[in-house]
Amino acid sequence: MKRAIVLLRRRLIGSIPVLLIVVVLTFLLLEAASGDAVDAYLVSMGGGDAALVETLRQSYGLDQSVWARLLLYLQALAHLDLGWSVAFNRPVLALICERLPNTLLLMGTSTALSFCLGSLLGIAAGAKPGSPRDRLLSAGSLVLYAVPGFWLGLVLVIVFSVWLRWLPTSGLETIASGKHGWDRALDIARHLFLPVSALGVIYLALFLRVMRAGMADVWRQDYILFAKARGLPRRRILFRHVARNALLPLVTVLGLQSAAMIGGSVVIESVFAIPGFGRLAQEAVSGRDAPLLMGIILVSAVMVILVNVAVDLLYAALDPRVGASEAAS
Amino acid sequence: MSLFARLAAAPGGRAGLTILGLMAFIAFAAPALFPGDPLRIAGPALLPPFSSSEFPLGTDRLGRDVLACLVHGAQISLLVGLAAAAAAIFVGMVVGALAGFAGGLVEEALMRVVETFQIVPGFLMALAFASVLGASLPIIILAIALAAWAEPARLTRAQVLAIREQDYIAAARALGMHPLEIAFKEILPNALAPVLALSSVIVAGAILTEAALSFLGLGDPNVVTWGSMIAEGRNVIRSAPFLSILPGLALVVTVLGVYLFSEGLADTLRQNGEERP
Repeated sequence: MKRAIVLLRRRLIGSIPVLLIVVVLTFLLLEAASGDAVDAYLVSMGGGDAALVETLRQSYGLDQSVWARLLLYLQALAHLDLGWSVAFNRPVLALICERLPNTLLLMGTSTALSFCLGSLLGIAAGAKPGSPRDRLLSAGSLVLYAVPGFWLGLVLVIVFSVWLRWLPTSGLETIASGKHGWDRALDIARHLFLPVSALGVIYLALFLRVMRAGMADVWRQDYILFAKARGLPRRRILFRHVARNALLPLVTVLGLQSAAMIGGSVVIESVFAIPGFGRLAQEAVSGRDAPLLMGIILVSAVMVILVNVAVDLLYAALDPRVGASEAAS
Repeated sequence: MSLFARLAAAPGGRAGLTILGLMAFIAFAAPALFPGDPLRIAGPALLPPFSSSEFPLGTDRLGRDVLACLVHGAQISLLVGLAAAAAAIFVGMVVGALAGFAGGLVEEALMRVVETFQIVPGFLMALAFASVLGASLPIIILAIALAAWAEPARLTRAQVLAIREQDYIAAARALGMHPLEIAFKEILPNALAPVLALSSVIVAGAILTEAALSFLGLGDPNVVTWGSMIAEGRNVIRSAPFLSILPGLALVVTVLGVYLFSEGLADTLRQNGEERP
């Protein structure tokens, strides 16, 4: 427990400068945009007079210098105020909080399924490296690993929604269906089936490959030779010794992939019209909504940090060697 | 046997080499095979594939030749993938080596920046970058490189730190070699091999990122890419699904070629290492 607290404190304090760099770099990048939110707003309104432009610029603070605005932004950020979205005319934080659960549902389901299926198939492949089953699974996972998720999503829609008419093409649930409880959960599950598959397949392939490679390594270790010499049944060696030790690197991959997964969900949510965090990012880009885009990048960075801290804690719980020296000092 | 011959002898490596060679040929020959702008209207709209000898893969919603678009798209995909990966690896190696050699505060600061780029989702960063600076090919290449340079930087630094402690570096120092000479002649060449091994994964990632960006409409509107073809085909997904399926297949085959090549290369290099005493 002490190890965990030491680790947690160190990681959270260490992430503050990183977040600060994220804010400053993103702020400067968005400054470089030609045309600001007021321009985009005027285009969407079909024009406006100079006095209106001036008032709008003042109300958004766009008439001040870059550094003054960066300072203002940081001050507001200290109060958890992420600014005001121009395109939606609502607070950025409220928008993000509204959309985030949908994305977390999508990403969480996808991660859980790809992790479980990927490690199981990885065990099936790594049970006997070089066997026909291993070769088939390895080749299959390599192909799946090369498939772009958004395209897979479209192909799934063509097959399951257009041809077979089994599943809905888009959205998160049937609009105004009046469903409650289990009916509603089932409805959401039906809607999420294709996006979860499209987002998860590439990670399924990745987890399979990492698991299989890890097991192939463990089979060569001396302690496996010893286990065999002790006359332990093969099944017991496979699950208790090989698979268990090969599972640890998978946890690391989980943390490393969290950033890529958020990126992947941007495209997947756009394909399936899911009103989530990723789609919000695309809407922010097309609406030239700098405060919203800024908030999205910041929140996604925080999410990645949190996932990595969770992975570190999990790792410390699974592997007693991690962090032992720090806790002792 | 040379490395190339051995690579070509391994089944995975041979398949990878064949695919990449074919794609490279198609990309280079695109202007000769299908002269003129592939985005021009060439025939009747929505011709299905294999129905006309003039348009073997059919035409899209606006009557553009799908095969010509695919062939020209190969050019953009490979160009963007290779250029972005080259830029990412170059910047990553320079920053990583700088951090590894400098140490102290410079290292601390550089590695914080690297960490930042690993924490912000690369695709979001590329999306923001491309949308802010306007979608043109150089900007897309930069945006993808921006999202990919952190990993080679981290790896280069780790390599430099590890190699610095080796005995042969101590020997070089004892011989009185200049520190810069040690850095460039002894440490860097040895540090680069694992970083370059990473390069094929970065190329594959860059090709996929470019496709996703142009799928979302953030590609260069004046060139045809596989991603933009998929997005365009999506409008008629019910009546003409082949328009979004075909360019995706081209993407899968290309990325698979890169992976097969890199696996073959890794195997070949491993055999190389094992044969040496």
